[in-house]
Amino acid sequence: MATAQARAAPAGDDAAFRALLEIADDCLILGHRLSEWCGHAPSLEEDLALANMGLDLLGQARALYAHLGEIEGKGRSEDDLAFLRRERDYVNCLLVERKNGDFAVTMARQLYFAAFMQPFWRAVAATSTDAALAGIAAKAEKEMAYHLRHAGEWVIRLGDGTEESAARMQAAVDELHRYTGEMFLASPARARAIADGLLPDAGSLRPEWERTIATVFAEADLTAPEVRSAQKGGRDGIHGEDMGHLLAELQFMQRAYPGQAW
Amino acid sequence: MTSTEHATPLWEVFIRPRNGLHHRHVGSLHAADSALALQAARDVYTRRGEGNSIWVVRSSEIAASDPSFAEPMFEPADDKIYRHPTFYDIPDEVGHM
Amino acid sequence: MYSQGLIGADSSTTESEEFLALFQARIDREEKIEPNDPMPEGYRRTLVRQIGQHAHSEIVGMLPEGNWITRAPSLRRKIALLAKVQDEGGHGLYLYSAAETLGVSREQMTAELLSGKAKYSSIFNYPTLTWADIGAIGWLVDGAAIMNQIPLCRCSYGPYARAMIRVCKEESFHQRQGYEIMMALARGSDEQKEMAQDALNRWWWPSLMMFGPHDSESAHGEQSMAWKIKRFSNDELRQKFITATVPQAEFIGLTVPDPELKWNEETKLYDHGEIDWAEFKAVVSGNGMMNRDRIRDRTKAHDDGAWVREAALAHAAKRAARQPIPQEAAE
Repeated sequence: MATAQARAAPAGDDAAFRALLEIADDCLILGHRLSEWCGHAPSLEEDLALANMGLDLLGQARALYAHLGEIEGKGRSEDDLAFLRRERDYVNCLLVERKNGDFAVTMARQLYFAAFMQPFWRAVAATSTDAALAGIAAKAEKEMAYHLRHAGEWVIRLGDGTEESAARMQAAVDELHRYTGEMFLASPARARAIADGLLPDAGSLRPEWERTIATVFAEADLTAPEVRSAQKGGRDGIHGEDMGHLLAELQFMQRAYPGQAW
Repeated sequence: MTSTEHATPLWEVFIRPRNGLHHRHVGSLHAADSALALQAARDVYTRRGEGNSIWVVRSSEIAASDPSFAEPMFEPADDKIYRHPTFYDIPDEVGHM
Repeated sequence: MYSQGLIGADSSTTESEEFLALFQARIDREEKIEPNDPMPEGYRRTLVRQIGQHAHSEIVGMLPEGNWITRAPSLRRKIALLAKVQDEGGHGLYLYSAAETLGVSREQMTAELLSGKAKYSSIFNYPTLTWADIGAIGWLVDGAAIMNQIPLCRCSYGPYARAMIRVCKEESFHQRQGYEIMMALARGSDEQKEMAQDALNRWWWPSLMMFGPHDSESAHGEQSMAWKIKRFSNDELRQKFITATVPQAEFIGLTVPDPELKWNEETKLYDHGEIDWAEFKAVVSGNGMMNRDRIRDRTKAHDDGAWVREAALAHAAKRAARQPIPQEAAE
């Protein structure tokens, strides 16, 4: 998007903006999805847990959007970035926008995402040339380590619980596995950010992710489905149809009452 | 609906605010097992940085003294004043002891 | 967030005069009553009902505000609202735990809520129509709740008092959160001001109803006061709330929707118009606009979650069977 025509501007910053926007959007959209559970979870205890994790992700999104605003240098605030873009300009991966479904779907989504993001943030904290980003990463890594633990425990219990829960958990895994590959792909901007040392290569983290998932699935008695054609498109702004409805809610106030302070 | 449902066990939660202090009872919650109870305790009772260590104990595992036997249990200790330092007269000149 | 205390509580007791007098003497000495202590059955029943209603109010109270989490106008507001509604869930949990010390299970209490047998605060049966309603709820409903809950921190029943201390500590940001929202609106565009005034107009009277019927109409107030389950009367608390809130409305240029509201220099209190008690009774007895929706939503969450709770129990049983020595023993 911002590669050819932006020669005048430092290309590295454009790529950095676009690459980090992918991560910020992942956090925002998954945080938003988790917030939809509030008041409707399977138990009070889990209601609080899901809200905690939503808050972690929304907090990470805020930190990233604020940082993106600085990188871009055009005075866009965290809210401008979070609320005032067209659907085609959101570059989150498809996994995070998938609907909550039942608790098994939400836990599968949590497991898949956290099993990737924890090592990802750990690598960012250790290697990124961007000190502010490394700071965000160090905090986020701990949060995602907890998400991983929490989701892993639940996936094990649901997979190896009752007949019904095992069927639901396997169905959730079957449904979502096809969306996981997108997390490891590098968009052109991401490839540039990797070359610049801003971000680690997500692809290199795949073996660790595979091991984590395999360990949980072994204990949960789940089978990872064979994925013939992995789904992707989110990084290019091509989203599932549920995304538009998510954004309609997310953006409602900003669209209905433009330019006002809240 | 709930009459057919099995009750999820109750757990008592103890939190140590920081190293050097005792774990202290803060409340209870429901969880199917100890791992879930620990996670729930973290999510319910430490959202404002209340601690750095959690214990959970199944409420049914706690043995408690009988309140109707509280007088024989605890009142005899009230008048054993010789267990306290002020019971003993030591001249001031001896200094702090 | 709030107990609409004692709707239909039965505090009759059958214990001997001597037993009741000894119990009252303990209460009068400000001794706390703890779970296994001997207590009149009426005391226990009143507490179970009051704490249960209070817990249900917290849980049902998550729904009207939860209605706006996904539509909050900024990330800052979204996070604050999610954290606040989450707190209400936590408060419900603390309160259910306190009630459980009296020998009633959370499952029983939930069944009573869903069957309509147990009541909850009528305020949550009104719909949240605009973002300003989130401000109004935080400011007025939480404000009213705090008035009621602070004295409950000194309630005679230990577990309830301890739960209330935790609740009050956590709720200290809730009302500020709401007032800040209202302040931003009142200082904003004409459209925003109008939204704020409209929300105040709709939430003011229901907030006053939260304190319950007039003292003269409150059947069980006296016994609860004697037992120190309740420490101020409904009318005292309502008056305190009005006195605290009216200047806050004036400060941000909003008008309290009561033409009869007037400062009384003699009593140092506001005289105010009469509450529409017919509306109150209708909402309490299940005929508010949102009563059925609230119970439908709670029932759905409960029913949809049943297989999850069953799975966790089944897994725990399998694990226990596989591993006869519990892992806790090794720690």
